[in-house]
Amino acid sequence: MELLFNLTLNGLATGMLIFLLAAGLTLIFGLMDVLNFAHGGLFAWGAYSGIWIYTTTGSFLFGIIGAILTGFLLGIITEKWIIKPVYGNHVQQILITLGLMLVLSEMLKVIWGPNQLTANPPEYLRGSWEIGDMIIIKYRVFIIVVGLLVFAGVQFLLKNTKIGLVVRAGVMNKEMVQALGINIKKVFMFVFMIGSGMAALGGVLFGPYSGVIHAGMGMEFAILAFIVVVIGGMGNFTGSVMAAILVGLSGSFMAYFVPELSLAVNMLLMAVVLIVKPQGLFGGKG
Amino acid sequence: MSELLKINNIETYIGQYHILQGVTLEVKKGEVTVLLGRNGAGKTTTLRTIMGLNPASKGSIVFKGEEIQSLPTYTIAQKGIGYVPEDQGIFAGLTVEENMKVAIQKENEETHKRLDYILNLFPDLKKFWKKPGGLLSGGQKQMLSIARAYVNDNQLLLIDEPSKGLAPIVVEKVMESILQMKDQTTIVLVEQNFMMASTIGDCFYIIDDGRTVSTGPMKQLKEDEEMKRKYLGIA
Repeated sequence: MELLFNLTLNGLATGMLIFLLAAGLTLIFGLMDVLNFAHGGLFAWGAYSGIWIYTTTGSFLFGIIGAILTGFLLGIITEKWIIKPVYGNHVQQILITLGLMLVLSEMLKVIWGPNQLTANPPEYLRGSWEIGDMIIIKYRVFIIVVGLLVFAGVQFLLKNTKIGLVVRAGVMNKEMVQALGINIKKVFMFVFMIGSGMAALGGVLFGPYSGVIHAGMGMEFAILAFIVVVIGGMGNFTGSVMAAILVGLSGSFMAYFVPELSLAVNMLLMAVVLIVKPQGLFGGKG
Repeated sequence: MSELLKINNIETYIGQYHILQGVTLEVKKGEVTVLLGRNGAGKTTTLRTIMGLNPASKGSIVFKGEEIQSLPTYTIAQKGIGYVPEDQGIFAGLTVEENMKVAIQKENEETHKRLDYILNLFPDLKKFWKKPGGLLSGGQKQMLSIARAYVNDNQLLLIDEPSKGLAPIVVEKVMESILQMKDQTTIVLVEQNFMMASTIGDCFYIIDDGRTVSTGPMKQLKEDEEMKRKYLGIA
């Protein structure tokens, strides 16, 4: 029982980190039809910048804010100067964003060195609670809570604000949004910025979760995020959180019971979804 | 009546295809101008070119005295042109209310008056206010699409085949509402249903092979059997 609980908690925490990366990816794909392979790079940049600010200032909150701002900034730069010229051309998008992913990873090594950095949770998030036989690690709960808050916040934004409505409408029919007098390019930039900020938040939260961060972490997590986007339905925000939890849980359980199959099972899940329900478990854009 | 829209010899390509090869037309304020022609003649492309969705490669489009052919679609819409596309362009996952909210450019007293007017014209929209647009019937989707275009202070509405795929009784309803809106705004209507077009329209333009080939008051076309047979396939 205790084992199952801990595996579940671990899976949920990992799922939330993947969700933070995948949610931006799915919104960017859904609205802008852009396959952004550099998204993992923003996750890694969030981790490095956030952990650096955290260790420099001693404030984890400053680290989180710094990481999100870094994500916003890099998102704006990426959309404006790198993605915009290749809208509508998937081949060029894949090539340019893969290139950007490499540049972002290498830049981390140039700035912070080639070695991995260590990161610990702040004092108030260290340790665990004991309830009966069960040990609940505080930091994992923290990640789950932050992930849920972000999910709720973005859901609120999408359902209750004009910009959110426009984003949802844009995912369904970009042309019509423009014909109603809305500058879709500004909406693109907003979504890219939000998506990048979420990825960077995921990165900084991941640091103390794993204990170490390294320049290649973006690519590793991006693979999981792409699996989640496919399983959840490309462009489907709610689907991305459900699929992220599914992938997080399956990864956690498989890593314990059949460790050699932990990544393969997610790939298998994606392949099955593509065969049985190509539009994703939770439908397409929406 | 003064000209609200003047299109001068526009040409439009879609990919490598030269769709519009010289469309010229004038739309007078307060009138319903109907674009007629066979399938593939270029009527829909004409509306899309006015909206900037398929920009013109040659020629000019002047709206309220200003050239708009090189402006982006959203700016053209902001200048006061509402668009009801052939496929209605409903945001299927958004409710009727949300579809209207996305459409409203400026929320003010005038907009609320227009919203009230349009909801009285199309009571079904009020009835299904919280229902997703994708679940509406074909006629209700058409009403929603027209309502979205009308709710802003648009001086010109471009309506593309509002009768397409609708049951005759629904066509009648849509036709009645366009007739009512005629008093409030100027309309360019693309319509294959000649009965509807001739009832609503004040004047017509026939487009054939991407060119305007004939124009005149609607009354004239109603009486010209030869032209109807030649260009519209009506015996």
